[in-house]
Amino acid sequence: MTGPLDYLKETASQTAGPYVHIGLAPGAAGFDIYREELGWDIAGPDPKGQRIRVEGLVIDGMGSPVKDVLLEAWQANADGIYAHPEGGGAVEDGFRGWGRVITDFDTGEWGFDTVKPGPVRSRVKLASGVSERVSAADPDWQGRMESHAPMAPHINLWIVARGINLGLNTRMYFDDEAEANAADPVLNLIEWKQRRATLIARRDGDRDGVPVYRFDIRLQGDAETVFFDV
Amino acid sequence: MKPAEYYQRDRSRHPPALTPGYKTSVARSPRYSLIALQQSLSEITGPVFGHDDIDPIDNDLIQNYAKEADPVGERIIIHGRVLDENAQPVPDTLVEIWQANASGRYRHKKDTYLGALDPNFGGCGRTLSDESGYYVFRTIKPGAYPWRNTINSWRPAHIHLSVFGRSFSQRLITQLYFEGDPLIPLCPIVNTIPDPDAIDRLIARLDMNATVPLDSIAYRFDIVLRGRRSTLFENRLEGN
Repeated sequence: MTGPLDYLKETASQTAGPYVHIGLAPGAAGFDIYREELGWDIAGPDPKGQRIRVEGLVIDGMGSPVKDVLLEAWQANADGIYAHPEGGGAVEDGFRGWGRVITDFDTGEWGFDTVKPGPVRSRVKLASGVSERVSAADPDWQGRMESHAPMAPHINLWIVARGINLGLNTRMYFDDEAEANAADPVLNLIEWKQRRATLIARRDGDRDGVPVYRFDIRLQGDAETVFFDV
Repeated sequence: MKPAEYYQRDRSRHPPALTPGYKTSVARSPRYSLIALQQSLSEITGPVFGHDDIDPIDNDLIQNYAKEADPVGERIIIHGRVLDENAQPVPDTLVEIWQANASGRYRHKKDTYLGALDPNFGGCGRTLSDESGYYVFRTIKPGAYPWRNTINSWRPAHIHLSVFGRSFSQRLITQLYFEGDPLIPLCPIVNTIPDPDAIDRLIARLDMNATVPLDSIAYRFDIVLRGRRSTLFENRLEGN
């Protein structure tokens, strides 16, 4: 007879419900309460790199836009550094790397302004750290080399809404980073190559000199977006 | 010892995506399996908040929208600790809540329930946990309200909670219920959770010790986020 391990258990998730905006974006719910709502300014006043706009829809299994969704974005700066103590270094003042957006209640369109993230840097040097440990005798060495490659530029997204019981995690990559995407260790985890395309935002012209990327998220059905268990 | 990835999420404690008793989930749940992702820097990092981001009054829902008087309803304190699965406190983490007023009415332009709005109640609050992971809010106990699931579906009294933790992989939204509420076992959203113990942990307990006599009654609600491995060995995070 063995006793139980004494770990606590993670609190169970529940849907954010239809009125998530009250708590997380009260201005959008129709009233002002806080000095400052959080999440409107992802990159801060003076970010390095290329400013971009990201736009899209979240589409349900019937093909209809979801009009009460809330998305959060988490991304590195243009140097591939996250604004976090373990993020790989220092970021520019005011760069938070986190944003929160809601959809237009009538159209379901969402969008945010940010900068294009850089590739997230490798913490293990490919030249020495990994190659010293692998050898031709290890049949999987090439795969392991790949798995230590830096990741292509991407924005991590988390999606909650009425009808979604546990927040959905996905990633947005960029269609003008084809070479980096082809080497990306996460995209290459997806066995079904045609599904990788669901994670790649399409450059959709410029607006006021700022590149616009289109990223529609399909919750279910044909071309369902890849979601991750992180 | 170096901290590494977060423990795998035990999805048997969480609701599955497709829960037909909660009708909206039917068209909003992925049909393909999730792709399991070993954690990289993208998942073990997450946004950091500080006291500059919020105001001290933000955790007092009795005062933070009061225009001319206090809001109407049962004055309550909600308090507890944010811990991880290793029972370690999660300090300085942002906890946000939102809720209906005592009538079960939300201050949201999409809520058309005939329960009356309270001119002195907004219904949202936020705070940072302290160094021991402790958090506290003061508010009005929310009322139950009807919703269009079956013809006669009523949500139990609940407060929505959002917690960040230290990493984007700990991000969690849930709902707090109140001890003794007879609507809890009837609720299709509660019943999306397959594990009775996991449901029980969403029920805040009456806490007479924290009650302020002649002022506010208190409920205790601890939040558990994913724990994190420590390792004596250099950890090779994917993509790193």
